[in-house]
Amino acid sequence: MIRTIFAAGVAVTLAGLTPAFADPAVVMAPGGAGGGYDAMARLPFDAMNKEGIFTDGATFTNKGGAGGTIGLTEFVGANQGNDNAVMAMGVIMVGGILMNNSPVTLDDVTPLVRLTNDTGVVAVATDSPIQNVADLVAAMKADLGAVAIGGGSAGGVDHIVMALIAKESGLDAATLNYIPYDSGAETVTALGGGALTVAVSGASEFKPMADAGRIRIIAVTSEGRVEGIDAPSLKEAGLNVVVGNWRGIVGAPGMSDAGKAMWLDRFAKMHESATWKETLKTQGWEDAYLSGDEFVAFLNDEKTRIGEVLKDAGLVK
Amino acid sequence: MDPISGLMNGFAIALQPQNLMWAFFGTFMGTAIGVLPGIGPALTIALLLPVTVYIEPTAAFIMFAGIFYGAMYGGSTTSILLNTPGESGSMMTALEGNKMAQQGRGAAALCTAAIGSFVAGTIGTLGITFLAPPIAELAFIFRPQDYFALMLLAFLSVSVVMGSSKVRGFIALFIGLSLGVIGIDKQTGMQRLTFGVPDLMDGVEMTVVLVSLFAIGETLYVASRYGQTKPMLNPLSGGMWMTKEDWKRSWKPWLRGTLLGFPIGALPAGGAEIPTFLSYTLERKLTKHPEEFGHGAIEGVAGPEAANNAAAAGVLVPLLTLGLPTSATAAILLAAFQNYGLQPGPLLFINSGDLVWALIASLYVGNVMLLILNLPLAGLWVRLLFIPRPYLYAGILIFSLVGIWGVSNSWVDLAMMFSVGLLGYVMRVYDFPIAPVLIGLILGPMAELQLRRALAMGQGDPLILVSTPMSAVLVGIAFLIVLVPAALHWRRTRKISV
Repeated sequence: MIRTIFAAGVAVTLAGLTPAFADPAVVMAPGGAGGGYDAMARLPFDAMNKEGIFTDGATFTNKGGAGGTIGLTEFVGANQGNDNAVMAMGVIMVGGILMNNSPVTLDDVTPLVRLTNDTGVVAVATDSPIQNVADLVAAMKADLGAVAIGGGSAGGVDHIVMALIAKESGLDAATLNYIPYDSGAETVTALGGGALTVAVSGASEFKPMADAGRIRIIAVTSEGRVEGIDAPSLKEAGLNVVVGNWRGIVGAPGMSDAGKAMWLDRFAKMHESATWKETLKTQGWEDAYLSGDEFVAFLNDEKTRIGEVLKDAGLVK
Repeated sequence: MDPISGLMNGFAIALQPQNLMWAFFGTFMGTAIGVLPGIGPALTIALLLPVTVYIEPTAAFIMFAGIFYGAMYGGSTTSILLNTPGESGSMMTALEGNKMAQQGRGAAALCTAAIGSFVAGTIGTLGITFLAPPIAELAFIFRPQDYFALMLLAFLSVSVVMGSSKVRGFIALFIGLSLGVIGIDKQTGMQRLTFGVPDLMDGVEMTVVLVSLFAIGETLYVASRYGQTKPMLNPLSGGMWMTKEDWKRSWKPWLRGTLLGFPIGALPAGGAEIPTFLSYTLERKLTKHPEEFGHGAIEGVAGPEAANNAAAAGVLVPLLTLGLPTSATAAILLAAFQNYGLQPGPLLFINSGDLVWALIASLYVGNVMLLILNLPLAGLWVRLLFIPRPYLYAGILIFSLVGIWGVSNSWVDLAMMFSVGLLGYVMRVYDFPIAPVLIGLILGPMAELQLRRALAMGQGDPLILVSTPMSAVLVGIAFLIVLVPAALHWRRTRKISV
């Protein structure tokens, strides 16, 4: 009996997620349920549905792993020329493709829009002698190996920030003592407890702990300062390093021009809607809307830049 | 608000009829998903998240807390009765629990598991109520070398589950260790043993191996021996309830398991598995009936079951006090808090005191509900064993496959299930112990990660591994576990030869 009731519960839940409409969109989330790519796949469709922009519903597939490249491979394989298929993606996938030497790349899909950005922050322990970016660079120059650096996965945005800091300071990014962590929770406790010298993570993950006095943010990775964080940008501090954890949406391989125009129009309307503005606020995302050809140009720049950084860091040959 | 008045306030909210209903729904659902292989609380809560927009936050969190605790209760049922644990935290329960069920003492095993879970859950919740801030500080104190020492201790102490033959035990352990190596090395991004299969890049999913080694392997084994086995003795021959002797032998393991589980569960890299390994070892060392271990000793069920429930309570400590999610389920709960615009952490108790205290009060309520739900069910569950085995095991097979498919949507995982299941069958036929495979798979990657982190921080100096008081003490104990029995053995043999 318990099993029946549970099955009924799941059925109700699933029915809630995928209403049976005429022509639902096929949406790939190249990450597990509850993660960043999952939210980037589902929330725009929630907003479009609520605002009446696109109400035919959507079927979502979660397919995580290897920096999102497993989901990418499946998406490209299954949706050739399907004007109704889109996928969430972001900067981590750009790096993941290079790191995992993925045979399928972003050249195989149709870029549509960049929607959000999460600024990174560089932080130290509250009682650390390092007060600012100059102190950090000095410590790295004195003994690079002795500076234990924490952050997300090897080759991810956090690693790229530190590799660029090293490069700008004339240091060899391949000899950084970079220690990857699975979760922001582990990184922040290791930093607060003094096991790490410095750590990089998303602003939304580190800010609560900085506000609680556990860690001290010494720089942000955006172009200028960020409201609510009392720290300069790396650029202000004299290092030409600007990195953001951006996310967006791409369309199926070989999507028709009509299909592309249709989706760009839908996302443009969604971006203006009150529901989306509310979503950005509750998720703590920065608006980073960039559409069509501008996004294509940006994506190409990111591919080149990240490819070079990963080569410098010795992670890609 | 001090803990006592906060808690009283919380009870006033949690005991409102509609909240009691949500708590009941959560605990019921949690028990059900705990019983099903492969589906855990994280996935269930993730699936329910979109629904929570329609109910108020307090009710949603009361329901989630019920699911979270309930899954820990339900996990023991299939371990004990069918030797098929649905999640890794209840694997150690299967070792003694299933032997008890085979002797007709399944109901007693389920009872000690349920009451042990209740005791541990309640003490753990008391810990959340009164000790959360200091326990949360452990997260900052533990360094990679301390974690590594803890895992070394777990590794060296689990040799007791190796079965009668140490060689077979070590072979099983090394199978687990090699499975654990598969995937992209997190430190360097290098691929290890992936053979160009993209689905293997993130490594072998622990749940897949757990479910296939136990459920599929057991099914194949039972099927292959079906014609030859004598009809099973009455599953209820050992009574419906615990004897006085059972109580006497259970209460200390419950408490010891709780003491191991709660603090380790509160650590960011702790988890529910390590305390169950340590608890099993401890009970086996301390028992007055060592001859029963391996043949259905009730201590071996009581301790680990208490440990995994206490660890579940421990996970809530850093989540509520620091806003740090230290497990997949906690990360989903954090997402749920954020959906309501709440930020867990030091300010949560101040900004949303009512909600937090109602949540904590609902944990007490949920625990009582789970006990009431599970004790009478113990007798019912045991009757599962009256189902003719072809139907029973066909059902297990279907549920395992659906569970794994639902989690990963991957053909590679399904193919792996059958090959690992076949391995499980072969291991059963040739009398290899199963548990060391999982222990190697769980502990191996964790220990490697912490070892390499510690060495990176110490720039390659091995002395960093004993550089903190905690790591020095734990490494010391780990070596004593190996050296003392060896020394005693050496003295005995020398005396004989003289």
